[in-house]
Amino acid sequence: MRGLLALVLGLGISLAQAAPAVHEYMLDNGLKLIVKEDHRAPVMVSQVWYKVGSSYEHDGITGVSHVLEHMMFKGTKAHPAGEFSRIISENGGRENAFTSQDYTAYFQTMEKSRLKTSFELEADRMRNLTLPEEEFLKEVRVVMEERRMRTEDNPQSLTWEQFNATAYVSSPYRIPVIGWMDDLESMQIDDLRDWYRQWYAPNNATVVVAGDVNPDAVLELARRYFGPLKPSDIKPVKPRREIEQLGIKRLQVKAPAELPYLMMGYKAPVVLTADKSMEWEPYALEVLAGVLDGGSGARLASELVRGKSIAASASASYDAHDRLQSLFLLSGTPSRGHSARELETALREQLQKLKEEPVGKQELDRVKAQIRAQKVYEQDSIFYQAMQIGILETVGLGWREAGHYHRQIQAVTPEQVMAVAKKYLIDDHLTVAELVPQPIDPDHPPRRGGSGHVR
Amino acid sequence: MQKLLTVALATILTALTSAAQALPDIKSWHTSRGAKVLFVAAPELPMVDVRLVFDAGSSRDGKQPGVAKLTSALLDQGAGGLSADEIARGLEQRGAELGGGSMRDMAWVSLRSLVDPGLLEPSLELFGKVLAKPDFPAEDFARQQKQMLIGLQYEKQKPAAIAKKNFYRKLYGEHPYASHPAGTEDSVKALDVVDLQAFYKHYYVARNATVVIVGSLDESQARKIAARLADSLPEGSKPPPLPPVTEPVKGSEVLIEHPSSQSHVLMGQPGLRRKDPDYFPLYVGNHILGGSGLVSRISEEIREKRGLAYSAYSYFIPMKKKGPYQLGFQTRNDQREEALQVLRDTLSGFIASGPTGKELAAAKSNIVSGFPLRVASNSKISEYLAVIGFYDLPLNYLNTFTAHVEAVTVEQILDAWKRRIHPEKMVTVIVGGRPEAARPSQ
Repeated sequence: MRGLLALVLGLGISLAQAAPAVHEYMLDNGLKLIVKEDHRAPVMVSQVWYKVGSSYEHDGITGVSHVLEHMMFKGTKAHPAGEFSRIISENGGRENAFTSQDYTAYFQTMEKSRLKTSFELEADRMRNLTLPEEEFLKEVRVVMEERRMRTEDNPQSLTWEQFNATAYVSSPYRIPVIGWMDDLESMQIDDLRDWYRQWYAPNNATVVVAGDVNPDAVLELARRYFGPLKPSDIKPVKPRREIEQLGIKRLQVKAPAELPYLMMGYKAPVVLTADKSMEWEPYALEVLAGVLDGGSGARLASELVRGKSIAASASASYDAHDRLQSLFLLSGTPSRGHSARELETALREQLQKLKEEPVGKQELDRVKAQIRAQKVYEQDSIFYQAMQIGILETVGLGWREAGHYHRQIQAVTPEQVMAVAKKYLIDDHLTVAELVPQPIDPDHPPRRGGSGHVR
Repeated sequence: MQKLLTVALATILTALTSAAQALPDIKSWHTSRGAKVLFVAAPELPMVDVRLVFDAGSSRDGKQPGVAKLTSALLDQGAGGLSADEIARGLEQRGAELGGGSMRDMAWVSLRSLVDPGLLEPSLELFGKVLAKPDFPAEDFARQQKQMLIGLQYEKQKPAAIAKKNFYRKLYGEHPYASHPAGTEDSVKALDVVDLQAFYKHYYVARNATVVIVGSLDESQARKIAARLADSLPEGSKPPPLPPVTEPVKGSEVLIEHPSSQSHVLMGQPGLRRKDPDYFPLYVGNHILGGSGLVSRISEEIREKRGLAYSAYSYFIPMKKKGPYQLGFQTRNDQREEALQVLRDTLSGFIASGPTGKELAAAKSNIVSGFPLRVASNSKISEYLAVIGFYDLPLNYLNTFTAHVEAVTVEQILDAWKRRIHPEKMVTVIVGGRPEAARPSQ
């Protein structure tokens, strides 16, 4: 323990060495297996990651990755509908799945001796899903209820969805993960069958296991269950790069709501799209986000929520690890007596300051210290450890990027933060959305255009 | 069937052995001023979680709904002469994370820090100030009060939040649990700094505190930290017990109109105390009925068979006094009567005939084999310790949990559910739009 402590105290660089070892394997059929040992508790998490998500979709079938995720619980020949969850449940497991823009992942967290069960079931449904139509017809209705709950009836989510679809033109990041209601209503079982055949194959999957396991034993099990699966001919997706934005975009979203809400997004590069000679830029943007919104002591909380009291809440976010060019986001709710427009002005002033004055040493140190400590805290959850590996592998960065990320963050200078602010946080690359609250009147629900699904 | 049961049994036996190895070794003592401490040494990661829990939730609001929550929100907004900025930056500079909050029963303040003395020492110093020397500055008070009002306004645009607030109100009537932790617009506006100071003085005292420490420390280090934090508070005394909950005498249904495409439905009654004698038959029974996700009966009937909702569930929220037993779902407005009927039929069917032997075996297998997952991280252990300490559960609570679950029989479940769960007396709250088919009330 002493040794570890010394490392933490020292440089962030040493931390990567203190982290538990990661073992990486490739099966003959192209399936990648990554094992991270963590023997603190007799449990393990097993995750299967597929390189497919809403950013692989096109108009007309939006939401298909997510609906297919639901259908993955609806049976194979060997294990009919419902059996997957029942078996995992009897084994004391927690299971679920999630779909994002860049990936679809399935997981079971279980007592350590249950890995075999997880692998057996996951390998079976990787290639043998039956996709019965009657199950699909029920499940797609469940997804529509999910969409109503998460998006239709939530004014901030509605704003986010319309903001996103406006900010991007040619990039598939414009597609909502849950899909447009119209596409859900006209979706057919064959759309899912095609999607399943196209993407669910060992050579498009990464299996991550973290916890109280022996890597050799995990490899042996993986060979036994996933080894016999036939690979597919996976055609890489076309780049579908976002066209250059040539001026500010503004939109309003009118929905029944009590409070206004503001979203601002600037087009920004990520690690995968950054110019190689400017490799530091995405990391500088991460630090910039931390300066604005890295806890209660950061600028937005300190100056806009407290200080001027212009915001009831304000946040900044950016993810350097997306698969495609992404957005540096600012959002917030104005406090009473202030408008969304005033909040926008205040946020812009914050950006202006970042462009004009270098970030102070103490401020930078604070952001770095937080990110360093986070690396230790992350290890408290085996689920999170596996998730980090899964994301990095699936977007195409590789799990080693986690260590690289920490070194790069520690190296960011005040000048670099100022440089990325000047280069990327500019009006011509900005989209601004404002939620304009409409009265919450049950007798006069505002008309919602487009999909005619409000029955 | 036969095979399934054998597998389940084998499963239980293996899990019991490993669960026993996994269980945290809880050390407990009282500080000189009477705070209860629970400590678990977790040497693997160079970090520590410290949490102080007080019987200072909204059930102590009295005639000032919102005072507990606002007090909790003000603690780190200026303390020991330092401003909110200085406190936040001082902690973040060391990679420490401050947390806190307030629910109906409890209020808490927490710190996560690296254990390196150069980082932990100043973090503890600041944490101690937040805990024992909050200044309640007038300006910060005014801002937080406005924030609470905005929070209340925000809830009005969320059908799920509207349903929850009204559900508690209907369920608990005059009991302190009825009142919304965030208060009402009027009650929050009426609050003053003096009210917060008085609330703080009364409830944030050593005898009303449970200190939880989990991390890479030895017992003597933990003893020093606990004493330093808890003994900086005045001794004080525990507040008197809350009144018992009276059950509604007849059922009721409320419809609150909202321009949403879905109706959010909550149904239930006062349910379970933490130390309830029927705890295990009710808990295990509900696991089968609606508490085990997609494989539970309610989810099976509403979601899997009929595609009526994304989530349909039931659960007990055990509290000091009877916390709610809550069943719910959300569905398109014109389907809610159908889904509600399915929910009612599923519940009454369960009370009438109980679970099958197979269902009970599967539920036990899930709970017992999944037990190690409940204590697999420092955060989860901290949460359990807080519950054990706050609700005065025995220190061997985790060690005996699976044995209690295993001992539950079909007969005990039938008996407990018949005595305790009364669908005809349940409160139903519906928040949603006005479909042609739906009647305003029954």
